[in-house]
Amino acid sequence: MTIEQTMKSFPKPSQIEVPAGAEGWEKLYPYNLVFENAPGGDEKFWFCDSQHWPTVFKPFETIGGEFAVKCLGQYNTRHLLIPPANGIEFKIHLGYLYMSPVPVPEGEIAARVPEFERRAGHYFQNWDSLLEAWHSKVRATIDEMEEIRFSALPDAVPFDDIVSGKAMDGSQVLMENYDRLIALLYRNWQYHFEFLNLGYLAYLDFFGFCKEVFPGIPDQAIAKMVQGVDMELFRPDDELKQLALKAVEMNLQAAFDDPDDVEGTLRAVRDAGGEVWLAAYEAAQDPWFNFTVGNGFYGHDKYWKEHQEIPLGYIKDYIRRVDEGRQIMRPVDELIAEKERIVGEYRELLQGEAREQFDAKRSLAATAYPYVENHNFYIEHWTMGVFWRKVRELARVFTDAGFWADSADMLYLNRNEVRDALFDLVTGWAVGAEPTGPHYWPAEIERRRGIIDALSTRRPQPALNTPPAQITEPFTMMLYGITTDQVQQWLAGDEGGEDGAITGMAASPGVVEGVARLVTSADQLGEIQEGEILVATITAPSWGPIFGKIKATVTDIGGMMSHAAIVCREYGLPAVTGTGSASTTIRTGQRIRVDGTTGRVEILED
Amino acid sequence: MNDSIVFFDSGHAPTLELLGGKCSSLVSMTTAGMPVPPGFAVTTVAFDRFVDGSGLREEIRTALAEIDPDDVECVDRVSARIRAAIEAREVPDDMHGLLKEAYDTLMARFPAEVPVAVRSSATAEDLPDASFAGQQDTYLWLTGYPAVREHVRRCWASLYTSRAITYRLRNNIPEEDLSMSVAVQKMVDARASGVAMTLDPANGDRSKIVIDASWGVGEMVVSGQVTPDNILLDKVMLTVVAEHVGDKHAELVPDASTGSLVEREVEPGRRAVRCLTDDELLAVATLAKRAEKHYGCPQDIEWALDTDLPAGENLLLLQSRPETVHSVARPAQAAAATPKSPGPTGFSMTGLTFSLTGR
Repeated sequence: MTIEQTMKSFPKPSQIEVPAGAEGWEKLYPYNLVFENAPGGDEKFWFCDSQHWPTVFKPFETIGGEFAVKCLGQYNTRHLLIPPANGIEFKIHLGYLYMSPVPVPEGEIAARVPEFERRAGHYFQNWDSLLEAWHSKVRATIDEMEEIRFSALPDAVPFDDIVSGKAMDGSQVLMENYDRLIALLYRNWQYHFEFLNLGYLAYLDFFGFCKEVFPGIPDQAIAKMVQGVDMELFRPDDELKQLALKAVEMNLQAAFDDPDDVEGTLRAVRDAGGEVWLAAYEAAQDPWFNFTVGNGFYGHDKYWKEHQEIPLGYIKDYIRRVDEGRQIMRPVDELIAEKERIVGEYRELLQGEAREQFDAKRSLAATAYPYVENHNFYIEHWTMGVFWRKVRELARVFTDAGFWADSADMLYLNRNEVRDALFDLVTGWAVGAEPTGPHYWPAEIERRRGIIDALSTRRPQPALNTPPAQITEPFTMMLYGITTDQVQQWLAGDEGGEDGAITGMAASPGVVEGVARLVTSADQLGEIQEGEILVATITAPSWGPIFGKIKATVTDIGGMMSHAAIVCREYGLPAVTGTGSASTTIRTGQRIRVDGTTGRVEILED
Repeated sequence: MNDSIVFFDSGHAPTLELLGGKCSSLVSMTTAGMPVPPGFAVTTVAFDRFVDGSGLREEIRTALAEIDPDDVECVDRVSARIRAAIEAREVPDDMHGLLKEAYDTLMARFPAEVPVAVRSSATAEDLPDASFAGQQDTYLWLTGYPAVREHVRRCWASLYTSRAITYRLRNNIPEEDLSMSVAVQKMVDARASGVAMTLDPANGDRSKIVIDASWGVGEMVVSGQVTPDNILLDKVMLTVVAEHVGDKHAELVPDASTGSLVEREVEPGRRAVRCLTDDELLAVATLAKRAEKHYGCPQDIEWALDTDLPAGENLLLLQSRPETVHSVARPAQAAAATPKSPGPTGFSMTGLTFSLTGR
């Protein structure tokens, strides 16, 4: 038997059976993202990015994947010339996003080094001032986006426009605003990666150094040495905690009886003399309620700003905990002291040049890394929150014109079809005849909904084709937890460990036993009981408040720097991430043991 | 109040003149969070009260006055006379009560009466070398108060061996105010034991702690007669980096009938599992780390988990000495010269980081 014959592979895309009812799915997505139309589909190794896109794309939603992964690539390939790594090629198969890193040919790597050092050097040397400029740019884009309005066209052009000889009917504003909305989103996605790749690079450089001088050093130790303690990612959650403390201080507990009734709750606060509290609540919203319970990539993601029952519910829960005499604020001083202890102890073990290198690399990583954590609020939460709100505003113009029934239906059109539909709408309006859309889209949307629903019945293959013997691409290892071991484990399928244990990344240390709570969507967060262990496909940063309630976290997807890992380290909870199968193996109510130090999860009893 | 008895865990100042070298070090290790097998010192104050209260002081002085330092036989004769007097003389009643009380207090810590060791703890100036005296006057596996009382007196008597007398004469150390402390200490009955080093002996990496552990009392690990469990931990995070469960086919356990250790087979079930729980492993690593910090250089420790002590208090430090092979041969981190490999980024950023930080 040859080695080739024994090597296990993932299925080829062309061999995967299309779920019944999903025939014709490939026409819903851009032609350039479908394997069938492009070379290499059945040859290259592709892994599924279910970390960012855990559920099937509706046609409009591919915009997030396309902009994000394209913009990630441009910084490696064209801005920074990162010596060994170009971007990440991406495709959509059966509704899920697959990625394949593009290496730089061996012979070209050395030549890129001087140019990379010149470019990256400029950023690292001017980090603070460039980052300050970044904040202004991103804010300006968001402000511009906020100002965009989509409203129905009037029955007649205003008389003033006749008088002034404007000679334009206003439809151009609708179309320009749509194009501008897309362009503004594209702009902030370009900004998104301006610092991100450098942040990862500095982290990886320090990571590699630590692994060399301290062979076998736990990944967690390295993460803790560069991770920020007080970061913006935790700010929305911290705001809610402060509001809870204030409510207790002002004796407003009774007002939070039914947080699902937002108006009623706020009225009750006012009636109880809580004007001061309401002012603080208002102040916290801008910008910190631009926070989603999802990850920002889906049109259905709920944002705190528009669903205030979510933050109010969290506040109620925090109030209860404060009343029980518990500490709800994160132990920031302890976390800082622990971080300093770890840095100090490792540093102490080195001498001379090695210690200087440790200091240099750690300080670079510690400067650059907080961006990796904080940017998320500005783009995935804030920018995307405004974007989806505007998309719904536009969709209502269409629903009012009878194009489709529900504003969410527009997500079944891709973004170029929306442009066509817009011209259809203004043409009908201008001509004085009926647009075609109302006759075409409802049935077409139903057909497409059927396909998406059929695709959604399937979990994605974790990867496609034959993996390389060794996974070496740094970004995919760190960001996605795609390591040689992980791939081997996927290939082993559901066989599990020899003793039936589920294994993953040892993302946050500690061992606990407890009752599992399976959460597959943000809407189920309310079901979590005090002291349970969260088992999820993936977690989102905005799930923050529940981390004060649970004992440990287990996820299917994610590496050392996934949100679940970062938040659990912050809260001092054990976490095992990237198990691949926890959410399909563990059921709510089972007693499980989570060992975040070794990355093992055991089911103890049903 | 008197200072006749000092328990190792009393937090007493480790005063050499009161406790002698051995007991003084046992007290200071326990105080520093490195508990040794529990016990107490019968201090120099106790010795003084014994020789003064029983009229021995005068007898000893008289005997020593007759000595001819150049006459070996004479020295031997005087030495034998003094030692016989010490061993035969009854302990004064008040002293006797204190020693008995201390012994009973120690025994009350264990589920049943356990064997102890009795050893001399000389103050450094009085004897040729402390370790010599300590080696000679160590009595193991003593059970019951009468045996303890008898061997305490034997230790006291060792202050007047021919060699000790000759040494003091040659070095002009006065015989006046001569005194001696004695350690009474629980014999370790280990469920598991082993060694720990505060570096990785494979490469000298000081960010690791390596632990060898096996069932029973530790001599078999030290002398390499069993393949122990071998665990490599990160010293800063105290997490397991690698572990190997050894065969551990045999163990040494105390035999009450003979008052010694006997070797026996370890049954298959216990061979296949690690002999330390996660908590115990953490405790051993923490102990090793503490010893390194206390002594200021990499340590090689011997430890044991005592069967007669409750969980959480059963880890005992038996010995800590500087690790000499790696810490001397290869100063600092062996692996941590300047790393040359490109690391996970696929290329070296060293030039970049150095130029940026001006180092």
